[in-house]
Amino acid sequence: MKDYYDVIVVGGGPTGSTAARLAAEGGVKVLLLEKDREIGIPVRCGEAVGEKGISKIVELKEEWIANHIKGLRLVAPDGTKVKVHHEDVGFVLDRKRFDYDLAMNAANAGAEVVTKAYAFGLLTENGTVTGVKVQYIGKQYDIRSKIVIGADGVESRVGRWAGLKTNLKLKDVETCAQMTATNINIDQNYCDFYFSSDIAPGGYLWVFPKNKNTANIGLGLAGDKAQNKSPLSYLKDFMKSNFPDASVLTTVAGGVPVAPYTENIVSNGLMLVGDAAHQSNPISGGGIVLGMLAAQIAGRIASEAVKENNVSEQRLSQYVKEWEKAGGSNHRRAYRLKESVAKLTDDDLNKTAAAIQKKPEDKHTVVNIFKAALINQPKLIPDIFKIFLG
Amino acid sequence: MIKIKKDLCDFCGTCVSVCPDDAIELFETRVIINNEICTDCLRCVKVCPFDVLEAGS
Ligand SMILES: Cc1cc2nc3c(=O)[nH]c(=O)nc-3n(C[C@H](O)[C@H](O)[C@H](O)COP(=O)(O)OP(=O)(O)OC[C@H]3O[C@@H](n4cnc5c(N)ncnc54)[C@H](O)[C@@H]3O)c2cc1C
Repeated sequence: MKDYYDVIVVGGGPTGSTAARLAAEGGVKVLLLEKDREIGIPVRCGEAVGEKGISKIVELKEEWIANHIKGLRLVAPDGTKVKVHHEDVGFVLDRKRFDYDLAMNAANAGAEVVTKAYAFGLLTENGTVTGVKVQYIGKQYDIRSKIVIGADGVESRVGRWAGLKTNLKLKDVETCAQMTATNINIDQNYCDFYFSSDIAPGGYLWVFPKNKNTANIGLGLAGDKAQNKSPLSYLKDFMKSNFPDASVLTTVAGGVPVAPYTENIVSNGLMLVGDAAHQSNPISGGGIVLGMLAAQIAGRIASEAVKENNVSEQRLSQYVKEWEKAGGSNHRRAYRLKESVAKLTDDDLNKTAAAIQKKPEDKHTVVNIFKAALINQPKLIPDIFKIFLG
Repeated sequence: MIKIKKDLCDFCGTCVSVCPDDAIELFETRVIINNEICTDCLRCVKVCPFDVLEAGS
């Protein structure tokens, strides 16, 4: 580590590595800081991504893909299983490899990557962020920079240190527990989503297969619905009744922002990306693709701003403008849908599933399912079309 | 004062994400609540995925 870089990225997840790579490719000096001992672990993620989205951002390597998914199934509270007719199939990734290689790509593009490096504060001068305070193997360092990019995940504090209010409301975070379980009887071709107030109130439970008898099985509860029983207890109950003979290879906790769109992600010398900027999809909680999309924009603009020697909030807000076009307007719509979906009762969900099952299978599209679920809210129909059909 | 049952903690940071006072520090496998800034709002207690946090006296 030196005492100055043009751009310092805090956080070595997929969004931090992507921002670091793009900035380095722009020809500026980049430092990427990760607090943990190894990039890529622990994996607090279901690891599912849509093929269309991810392949626009990176050239996929076969080693990153644990399993190719052919379809999605939704399970209603009464057990009705609806097969979704869906164009965009996807993958369950091996995020250990994925995150690791993304950081390596950033390094190969010229960024310096450091692990066990914990950012614990910012340097500021006259209202501009001018660097990061870092704790690295028992010693503290002040490292100066022109731009700091906060890619420090759901637990982000970088923005707060610069005065941006990024803490989440309880209802805008999904609190999650996940197990990777093997020796289970699943269909490797399908990602399953269970909706029920008994299984995961204010969220859903997922079964994302990693191979023929192994899956990431996890659930998220709305943060305001987890007070009496924790996500881990809900998950243990589900495992006991559905996969009593499973061997559990990993057990993790995690949080995902399912929050309103926010433009409050830049200030003088500072940008936020990924979960730190609440860019994950408020309906699904998926944040890999969206965060990396934003990180590409942020990394490129950071390098341009450094070269122009103008890191003012106004210059950096070019990132917000481009992100608004790429993902922001859809995020607003998705949040409106989330708020309405959150009000659906188990009875509403059962009725929706029954109504869909009456239609031929090629009509079981995401759009039709949301339309049936929100039948009493015709105002939301344009949002549904725009989100899922673009 | 919030009590941390350290043996149960998975260091996931969900508590940090909801803390309105920036009173929680999380560094790999260490979590600390700064009682001087904590206002005992208990949001972290409510949201913890593994029931690590407890309202204490
Ligand atoms: C249980 C669960 C399941 C999920 N399933 C899916 C899914 O199937 N598909 C999907 O698309 N998304 C999913 N998500 C969301 C997805 O994991 C995130 O959106 C994604 O990881 C965000 O990437 P990021 O780079 O912004 O943050 P992260 O991947 O969280 O990376 C942030 C990094 O910053 C580091 N860091 C934090 N603070 C500091 C600091 N002060 N100094 C240095 N380093 C720091 C952290 O150690 C971490 O490595 C899931 C999330 C959870 C919790």
